[in-house]
Amino acid sequence: MTALLRVEGLSKSYGALRVTDGLSLSVEPGELHAVIGPNGAGKTTLIHQISGMTPPDAGRILFAGEDVTGRSMAGRALAGLARSFQITSILPRFSALQNVALAVQARSGSSFRFLSPVDGEAALTGPARDLLARFGLAERAEMPAGALSHGEKRQLELAIALATAPKLLLLDEPLAGTSHAESARIVEILRGLTGSVAILLVEHDMEAVFALADRVSVLVYGRVIATGAPEAIRSNPEVRAAYLGEEAA
Amino acid sequence: MARRLRREWLPLGLFLALALVPVLAPLGPQSFILSLMTRIVVVALAALSLDLLIGKGGLVSFGHAACLGIGAYAVGILSAEGVTDGGAHLAVAIAAAAFFALATGAVAMRTDGVHFIMITLAFGQMLYFLATALSAYGGDDGITLPGRSTVLGRDVLASDTVLYLAALGALLAAYLLLRRIAASRFGRVLEGARDNPVRMEAIGFRPFRFRLAAYLISAMIAAVAGVLLANQTGFVSPATMAWQRSGELIFIVVLGGLGSLHGAILGAIAFILAEELLSHWSEHWRIVFGPLLILAVLFARGGLAGLLTKGARP
Repeated sequence: MTALLRVEGLSKSYGALRVTDGLSLSVEPGELHAVIGPNGAGKTTLIHQISGMTPPDAGRILFAGEDVTGRSMAGRALAGLARSFQITSILPRFSALQNVALAVQARSGSSFRFLSPVDGEAALTGPARDLLARFGLAERAEMPAGALSHGEKRQLELAIALATAPKLLLLDEPLAGTSHAESARIVEILRGLTGSVAILLVEHDMEAVFALADRVSVLVYGRVIATGAPEAIRSNPEVRAAYLGEEAA
Repeated sequence: MARRLRREWLPLGLFLALALVPVLAPLGPQSFILSLMTRIVVVALAALSLDLLIGKGGLVSFGHAACLGIGAYAVGILSAEGVTDGGAHLAVAIAAAAFFALATGAVAMRTDGVHFIMITLAFGQMLYFLATALSAYGGDDGITLPGRSTVLGRDVLASDTVLYLAALGALLAAYLLLRRIAASRFGRVLEGARDNPVRMEAIGFRPFRFRLAAYLISAMIAAVAGVLLANQTGFVSPATMAWQRSGELIFIVVLGGLGSLHGAILGAIAFILAEELLSHWSEHWRIVFGPLLILAVLFARGGLAGLLTKGARP
């Protein structure tokens, strides 16, 4: 089986600092691949490069068999590469429903339509309402997104990413700052996605990572030092020294 | 229905009041009132088109008067060449503004923030200096029109009332059109790109194309305002597109209330009436006008429209 995403020899430096250092990894279709690593390991920069927000200095990114290294973020999104942001990125003045409906709109027909009211398009609001319901946000649909709680905003952002009907979701710490109940719900939703949508998950919550991941890669100083099944990673001495040991100490 | 009326009373009231002007004008100095009100409606039309850019798109264009000037010069140059037909004036004005918007917008839309303001200002000034160099058409001094635009060979616009109603009709049409656009798929993307362009790219939209289209629509509407303005003043000069005029338009939009569309109309009425009243009162009226404007912006967040509709939000 060919990988859905293949990153080859990716490098990125900011001045003398090598944030991504010849990094390679792959995500299989339907797989949940978690990336863990200490702060400053270059996890967010990796997501930025895969999503097209930051151009790499060297290396290639292949998505669904195509080289997308030179493609814009919007182009990659339309090809099926959706992402969430570490710092919540929503449209605060739009209602929760409008936020999600806009993401549905991106993949359904031309947006150069000037005269018919978009709020009346059931083809957009229908799927958007379904997604909100899945995240337990149905009652919040008409609320301005900016007025939602922090945890609700995190969930809304996931709903937005899913609304683009992605093949691969790039999630940058989706559990950060959520309550226990909210993160349990998000973990449940991510578990429900496995098999249908591939996920590259950057997350600090080790409990969630080891519960969800099919494979785990450990990133240290911009390089993958180990990749494997969660159990293998947990018992890998190099990983323990570099990362997990820190937490235990 | 009652709820809708409560939400829409301001635009309804504004257009009703403007529609009553020709009825009430004979009670006072009629031609003065009509000429003042025509100017207000025309400036409101230009400000309305700018609100699509600033209010809906977050694109602060500091060169919007250039499009007004393009419309005015379409009338001036064609009339000087013997073409007095209003339809031809409008067609040339809109086509020229569209060309200008596409050419300058393709460059300007690649920048943002202060750079966008500066680059639109620069393009506006380029057009201003081009107009001052048009010696065949009066150069710095401008040209006096031989008469108003004709409609199908007849000079119906010679009547001040008809010209006013034509301007009001254009304003109403543009207002209704822009409201529909704002609530459409396109409008939603434009507003999304204003609030969070990175989020928009992450779900697959390229803000550039939508912003450029908004710039194009806005420029064409402003050109129509320019055609009407030339007819109202009977005179066309580079001063129409000076940067101060662009600044006034931005001010009117902010004063009226960004992004509400009818706020731009309210802003134009307030701005020009205040200017008119104060300039009769004293020749140093600007000393009072300036601070008044600053106070209005400081204390009326959401502009005059926001002030008037406070508590009436749905």
